[in-house]
Amino acid sequence: MSNNDQQLRVSKIQNGTVIDHIAGGQALNVLAILGIDGTSGDSVSVAMNMPSDRLGHKDVVKVEGRELSQDEVDVLSLIAPAATINIIRDYDVVEKGRVERPSVVEGVLECPNHNCITTEDEPVDSRFAVGDDGVRCEYCDTIIRDDLPAHILAE
Amino acid sequence: MRHDHIISAKQLSRGDIETVLDRAADIAADPGAFADRHSDTLLGLLFFEPSTRTKMSFTTAMKRLGGDIVDMGSVESSSVKKGESLADTVRVVEGYTDALVLRHPMEGSAKMASEFVDVPLVNAGDGAGQHPTQTLLDLYTIRENAGFDDLTIGIMGDLKYGRTVHSLAHALTTVDASQHFISPESLQLPRSVRYDLHEAGAGVREHTELDEILPELDVLYVTRIQAERFPDESEYREVAGQYQIDAATLEAAKDDLTVMHPLPRVDEIAHDVDETTHAQYFQQAHNGVPVRMALLDLMLGGDQ
Repeated sequence: MSNNDQQLRVSKIQNGTVIDHIAGGQALNVLAILGIDGTSGDSVSVAMNMPSDRLGHKDVVKVEGRELSQDEVDVLSLIAPAATINIIRDYDVVEKGRVERPSVVEGVLECPNHNCITTEDEPVDSRFAVGDDGVRCEYCDTIIRDDLPAHILAE
Repeated sequence: MRHDHIISAKQLSRGDIETVLDRAADIAADPGAFADRHSDTLLGLLFFEPSTRTKMSFTTAMKRLGGDIVDMGSVESSSVKKGESLADTVRVVEGYTDALVLRHPMEGSAKMASEFVDVPLVNAGDGAGQHPTQTLLDLYTIRENAGFDDLTIGIMGDLKYGRTVHSLAHALTTVDASQHFISPESLQLPRSVRYDLHEAGAGVREHTELDEILPELDVLYVTRIQAERFPDESEYREVAGQYQIDAATLEAAKDDLTVMHPLPRVDEIAHDVDETTHAQYFQQAHNGVPVRMALLDLMLGGDQ
């Protein structure tokens, strides 16, 4: 399938961000992490399980009218390490980038330890240090290795 | 020491540990020399869980340095009962006092609380997390009895939930210690502690029976296995019974084995051990005062 065919499935955006090469099936988790739920009125297009040479299947997310910063997208590396970020202005790609593994993610994951202070009604966001093979709660030391999407904080 | 807050044994370098223990030894040798050192200091005690030794020894330590304490009292009689957050409670109490000591049932509570205050805060136990001042007094006791060179130590009991174990295991990676962990399989070290020990280059040698390793030990650190960790009473009794020691057990040990316990004990160390030269757990508890005096003295600028 050529690139043009894909563009037909999901229309081009004029200004905003295209997140491509998301691991198949993770697009909704990407939106959850970015806190994009449609309530702000921005146009958001999601294509799931598109054929991909590199990934087999990939998801694509297009966010109209919003340019995501590197800090915002780096957290996606936890669930979509191959994701590419295209910043679009006036239908042209003006910036292309990849997600980089951040050293810390804040307010994104919920600590699975129910006795962790971050799960209480306290004015504190969860904070996880990102390691090579998992993330670790900076408050209670609990390590999450598998199934990170299951620990994404519900808004 | 450059730490404003004492949250975890992991933050303590070998140098930090030796600094505190040396100061504690100075205090133990001549307590009078430190009697008026902090006469204007008020220490705030925030204990959200029951405590006897830790709370009383912090109180004693502050008073023996010439200062005084302000105690929140029990949770039942405080505004926590009205639903106040921990973050608010510590922000209020820091305005009354020069330093805070916090014990709280949730892991990470001390770290979070420290982010809301400017006065030094000491973690006196956060759930199953860390208990660094217990570790310092444990290390003091170990150094006095067995030294830090070529040390072989066995840590036995509830290694999964025992916060004194987690703190001590971290700290022992800074000294020349070979650590052996003796527990039922269901109460082995948690993944995060294993990971840290591995990262620090310390081997984790695990045993399910004390006999396997007892004759090699310089120190045996016993902890309590709690009934609530088991699904039923009979299973608890069966398992806990395998990790109890008495004077007869210790006949297989080195003559100079040091037996320690963070206390309170229930029946994991029989009373006939008290009469042997191995027993150091009461001295260990007494060491809590000079060690906490040393820590407070250093935190409050006593070395300036």
